[in-house]
Amino acid sequence: MAQVDQKALLEFVLRQGDNTLVLGHRVSEWCGHAPVLEEDIALANTALDLIGQTQMWLGLAAEIEGEGRTADDMAFLRDAWDFRNLLLVELPNGDFGRTILRQFLFDAFSAIYLPLLTKSADPRVAEIAAKATKEVAYHLERSAQTVVGLGDGSEESHARMQEALDYLWPYVGEMFASDGVDQAMAEAGIGPDPAGLRAEYDALIGRVLSEATLRIPEDSFAHKGGRNGYMHTEHLGHLLTQMQWLQRAYPGCEW
Amino acid sequence: MYAQMVKSTGDAVKSREEMSDDERHFQDKVDANIKVEPRDWMPDDYRKTLIRQIGQHAHSEIVGQLPEGNWITRAPTLERKAILLAKVQDEAGHGLYLYCAAETLGVTRDDLTEKLLSGRMKYSSIFNYPTLTWADMGAVGWLVDGAAIMNQVPLQRTSYGPYSRAMVRICKEESFHQRQGYAIMMKMAQGSAAQRKMAQDALNRMWYPSLMMFGPSDKDSVHSAQSMAWKIKINTNDELRQKFVNETVPQAEYLGLTIPDENLKFNEETGNYDFSQPDWDEFFEVLKGNGPCNTDRLNARRKAWDDGAWVREGLLAHAEKRAAAKVAAE
Repeated sequence: MAQVDQKALLEFVLRQGDNTLVLGHRVSEWCGHAPVLEEDIALANTALDLIGQTQMWLGLAAEIEGEGRTADDMAFLRDAWDFRNLLLVELPNGDFGRTILRQFLFDAFSAIYLPLLTKSADPRVAEIAAKATKEVAYHLERSAQTVVGLGDGSEESHARMQEALDYLWPYVGEMFASDGVDQAMAEAGIGPDPAGLRAEYDALIGRVLSEATLRIPEDSFAHKGGRNGYMHTEHLGHLLTQMQWLQRAYPGCEW
Repeated sequence: MYAQMVKSTGDAVKSREEMSDDERHFQDKVDANIKVEPRDWMPDDYRKTLIRQIGQHAHSEIVGQLPEGNWITRAPTLERKAILLAKVQDEAGHGLYLYCAAETLGVTRDDLTEKLLSGRMKYSSIFNYPTLTWADMGAVGWLVDGAAIMNQVPLQRTSYGPYSRAMVRICKEESFHQRQGYAIMMKMAQGSAAQRKMAQDALNRMWYPSLMMFGPSDKDSVHSAQSMAWKIKINTNDELRQKFVNETVPQAEYLGLTIPDENLKFNEETGNYDFSQPDWDEFFEVLKGNGPCNTDRLNARRKAWDDGAWVREGLLAHAEKRAAAKVAAE
């Protein structure tokens, strides 16, 4: 463990925690506004799991950083350029179809990636992944079912789901756009290089989307810039403005 | 308490002589604290009143998600965000149990929803007030859930079985909600000058609307007597309001906050706090739709329902396809 590049390890952990933080925030926006009561409750459950995972990931990030910060400091006091989440998760919710499809595209990745992280050489990473893996398996089951139900539902629901897939598809490729951080993690045995997981991912989503009678766009172009923080979408700033407002407006308070 | 001014028969309670045999038998059962179950005979007015009461209670839980949901995305820490989200999710769960309880009386959830959205059914007046600062999350938990508990704890003993059982579960969660609200108030009251200001401001705005939750004074409450005879209302409005004030005043003192009532003082003779009545004209305006948030609250619920129509229809169409495919395969 001693030879692991701590800077790369921090980047790696922030990528996990920022994904769950930003997606958890987006999903929580639905609370009280979902199409049906059962969905309202289920979306809140998903958001709660993601916030719980965030507390663990960002807590670990703060520990690795070693500057006495907390998970809350990481969530509420960093600016957009410090965030390492995928562009996919910061996109606005759109309609329920887009929200559930984005959830499915993310869940499918997590359901492949997290079980591999449970074998991480860093026991702290393995422990968080073990807890999150159980939750994500359930998230995937639910989001996949709903994507199938709406894709292969009415004419309108099918059209809306296809539109959502066309919109979200260019943001899928970033999950697999690995870089030096991923290579360092792979070499240290901390986590697999995501680039190697694409085939398994395509097979998984291919099965579900085909059952949902949805067509995967042919264009393989991928927007990037979230997971390395180079260039987020305009949406992240607005999300952070809302999320961080109290901590920024009244610094140093306990809540 | 999420049911206010539930319309009952509007008539005086029937005497035994006026009752039919069925009604007498029914009243004896209620008097003996034997629960009424969905398949049992019950007077039509009992059924109708309960549908109104449980429906109004369920609607209150659902509309009640909105004022607190207003702060989920602005919660100041990850823990507070998780707690608030879990709490608002609980309210949705309460709505679900209550709609299920109402359905045992022969109505559908969709029918009740339609009545809410068209304004033909009400929800508690309290949810027509805005949540303006983070301290309101504390005040809502402490005062609004606190007032709800006053009414709901006795309703665990209500005569209708499904309602009573739903209430047992709801009460457990509500008491947690109240404590989390008070915990927020403690942090705010012990925090910075700005936080203390938020806490006092929240109490100032929420106090009288919370007192209104119990409904008008007993002398003006025309629907209570029959509901009490049927044990779907256990205490009078004024009894519950007094109990709430008695319990809440020391809690405010502990926080170092001032209840916005110059007439508030302990009465040695009665053992109760004397207090000012809320502005009942304001209460009736809110019930008529003229509260600060009535229009926005109802529009938010209508939008959620209308925007979600394609989702409900799509999932239904899928289920029908599945069922047809299954039949074809057999």
